[in-house]
Amino acid sequence: MRKVSVIGVGQTTFGEHWSLSLRDLVTEAGIKAIENANVEGKDVQALFGGCMASGRFIGQEHIGALMADQMGMNPVPAYRTEAACASGGVALRLAYMAVAGGMYDVVAVGGMEKMTDVSTEDAAVALAGAGDQESELFNGATFPAIYALMARRHMHDFGTTEEQMALCAVKNHGHAVHNPYAQFRKAITVENVMDSGYIASPLKLLDCSPLTDGAAAMVLCASDKAKEYTDKPVEIAASAQASDTLALHERRSLTGLHATEVAAKDAYKQAKIAPKDIDLLECHDCFSIAQIMALEDLGFCKKGTGGKFVEEGNTDFGGVIPTNLSGGLKAVGHPVGASGVREAIDVVRQLRGDAPAPVQVKDAQIGLSHNVGGSGATVVVHAFKKGF
Amino acid sequence: MWRNIPERYNLLGTHCQTCGKYYFPMRRVCPTCRRKGKLVDAKMPETGKILSYSQVFVAPSGFEHETPYFLAIVELANKATLLTQIVDSKADVVKEGARVELVFRKIYEDSPEGAIAYGYKFRVV
Amino acid sequence: MTRAGIIGYGVSIPHWRIKTTEIARVWGKDGEHVAAGLGVKEKAVGGFDEDSATIAVEASRRAVKMSGIDAQKIGAIYIGSESKPYAVKPTAATVADALMAGPDLMAADYEFACKAGTAGIQTCLGLVKSHMIDVGLAVGADTAQGRPGDALEFSAASGGAAFLVGREKIIAEINHTYSYTTDTPDFWRRQHEEFPMHAGRFTGDPAYFKHVVSCAKKTMEIAGTQASDYAYAVFHQPNGKFPVRAGQILGFSKEQIQTGLITPVIGNTYSGASMIGLAAVLDVAKSGDRILCVSYGSGAGSDGFDLTVTSEIVRHKPVAQVQDLVAKKEYIDYATYIKNRRKLKSL
Repeated sequence: MRKVSVIGVGQTTFGEHWSLSLRDLVTEAGIKAIENANVEGKDVQALFGGCMASGRFIGQEHIGALMADQMGMNPVPAYRTEAACASGGVALRLAYMAVAGGMYDVVAVGGMEKMTDVSTEDAAVALAGAGDQESELFNGATFPAIYALMARRHMHDFGTTEEQMALCAVKNHGHAVHNPYAQFRKAITVENVMDSGYIASPLKLLDCSPLTDGAAAMVLCASDKAKEYTDKPVEIAASAQASDTLALHERRSLTGLHATEVAAKDAYKQAKIAPKDIDLLECHDCFSIAQIMALEDLGFCKKGTGGKFVEEGNTDFGGVIPTNLSGGLKAVGHPVGASGVREAIDVVRQLRGDAPAPVQVKDAQIGLSHNVGGSGATVVVHAFKKGF
Repeated sequence: MWRNIPERYNLLGTHCQTCGKYYFPMRRVCPTCRRKGKLVDAKMPETGKILSYSQVFVAPSGFEHETPYFLAIVELANKATLLTQIVDSKADVVKEGARVELVFRKIYEDSPEGAIAYGYKFRVV
Repeated sequence: MTRAGIIGYGVSIPHWRIKTTEIARVWGKDGEHVAAGLGVKEKAVGGFDEDSATIAVEASRRAVKMSGIDAQKIGAIYIGSESKPYAVKPTAATVADALMAGPDLMAADYEFACKAGTAGIQTCLGLVKSHMIDVGLAVGADTAQGRPGDALEFSAASGGAAFLVGREKIIAEINHTYSYTTDTPDFWRRQHEEFPMHAGRFTGDPAYFKHVVSCAKKTMEIAGTQASDYAYAVFHQPNGKFPVRAGQILGFSKEQIQTGLITPVIGNTYSGASMIGLAAVLDVAKSGDRILCVSYGSGAGSDGFDLTVTSEIVRHKPVAQVQDLVAKKEYIDYATYIKNRRKLKSL
């Protein structure tokens, strides 16, 4: 296996893009990444794009061909991956495997979603397809409700509070103020979260990531060739993925994602690191409780202590493990197919020293990105290492 | 869905005679024993207890008119689990550990002209 | 002649209630006065996810559990309702599958206004007595419609009862049954119409009383009984007043009527009404008690039943007693009621 590096990143702003379609978004992100990588379009040998539910959101499938066509990349092979909200992370991992395995030297990977062309109710149905249609959505379970069931049990078992969950959102919003790509560049307070009204108790509107349009892309290159294109390559030190039951109720635990534990363990082994070696984390905070569980399942704190861990400031800028300095899914926005790639991009920016100054971790060497599909049926974890 | 009627009307699930585990909804392969698992149909118990719950205020299409409604993960007497709506129960009795029993209810109808999907819900005893 | 009778029964009454005074409030009427006039203080309202099929299933499951029979033994299912979820598609088939009683059985939905359920009992009785089947299931279930603002709205309620008829382990033998039928336009609902129409005071003497009283008299004549032979009498109960007056005309005391008079606290469950009343009587009846039950369906007709409770009754306890179901309740306001019953135009 060859080592693989990220040599370029690009993204659209995340938000409600009323005047842009999916093709506009992915093309903009793709071109930005290619320009950032300083490669020629003709050097890119394959495209990998994560997209969760374009069929339901805009009636468009065959996203691989759409990417190649719209970016003028024909006839390179193009692939679309779908793993719910982990579609982007899975695309990244497949692209990594294609380069690591020696099939290609340079590939582009993207993630995208156009979510605002349908009503909120229809979007809820599309997103609930990430769970088990026959046993969850059929019974009226939305995605917030599925995570709410985890949150309630976490509160029951460990005494986690709604205020601790709210703090996750508050901190992420505080970070996003500095992120020019974020959907919500606005600080909020715990009171704002507590007063924002239940979506699925105990989760309130501001515990939930929003519906977002956006795309993100990066260019990967075999590490031994990376220096031909950039002075600041970031190496993919680990790429791990794990699966679990589609439906939440069949899991061994309601208070954590076993697939996160498995993928993290694998990633740490590949990169020969431990949680203490990691300088920053971009985790999948589709809901505030997801961030608390991620911190536990990734090994940054003990199971059940995630709420307290956040409350004590350990995830703040300057804390033990600065988490979601971008603003996270909560404040950057969550175009579901794009988020896995966007998380990786924000880790790469930190390692390159390209993050917004107020949240740039000094001399960051190792970062972790964590991408969850559904309620934890797919989890992708990538570790990145500064390569220069 | 017509083919799901045995599951939805009568909680028909799967029992693995090899490892003894019960699954709901039905499975074709025991995730533990895989092809060594000897699977048979099994009717799930009609009572259980709530492991976790949520009250849903923003519903997906088809459930908009039912908000707010309770969802719960219920552990049945044979340790199989399922996600279900909790009905006919006051908010203060829907909690972890509450005993629940099976009821038969309308789950979903996509339009006044469309077919009605019936199935399982539970209520606090 | 082969003996046959009830071998199990079950009742379903929705959790939700609306008070007569709450309905009256919306229409600017004196609620206490309306409640006293009708003899109905509150009515049961099905939840948003309940219809006559779900009520029929719940009641039927309780009946099967009480009897202790294997549902596969059921050879026929008849569902009486005037609020079918489908105009065309049998509720009986849904009930059959929900009981795992099929596929080897006869099944159909019946319509005869509020007496379609008791017509089902008669059909089952004939099939059981003739040995065409071993056990038959008859259900009366409704989510009764009442037009907003109409007098019927104060009483039209949701609920149902299911009776298993068989030859073995009979808890109440049906000694005799008789029906009285004429073409009388007192109450109807035309095809495609949402709410029934009624002919006001015409629904009284020439309709309800004529049929119920005539049917009761003839049933007792066939049985060779008189009012004093009965421990209990149950009459169709569109309100709290009619059955009491019918009883008086026939020579029954208030005590004989009281136990089976459930409409005052749950409203008129249409096809369910007389059957829930009969179930309430069987909940407390003792071996040897004789019961007269007379249903009434507009349009019009009455089914009379002369029953005798057997010693078997001590061995079969109902899964849920009617009075317990009556007591288990939560009140809703008028807005929730019209949402649950989908009387809002947009639903």
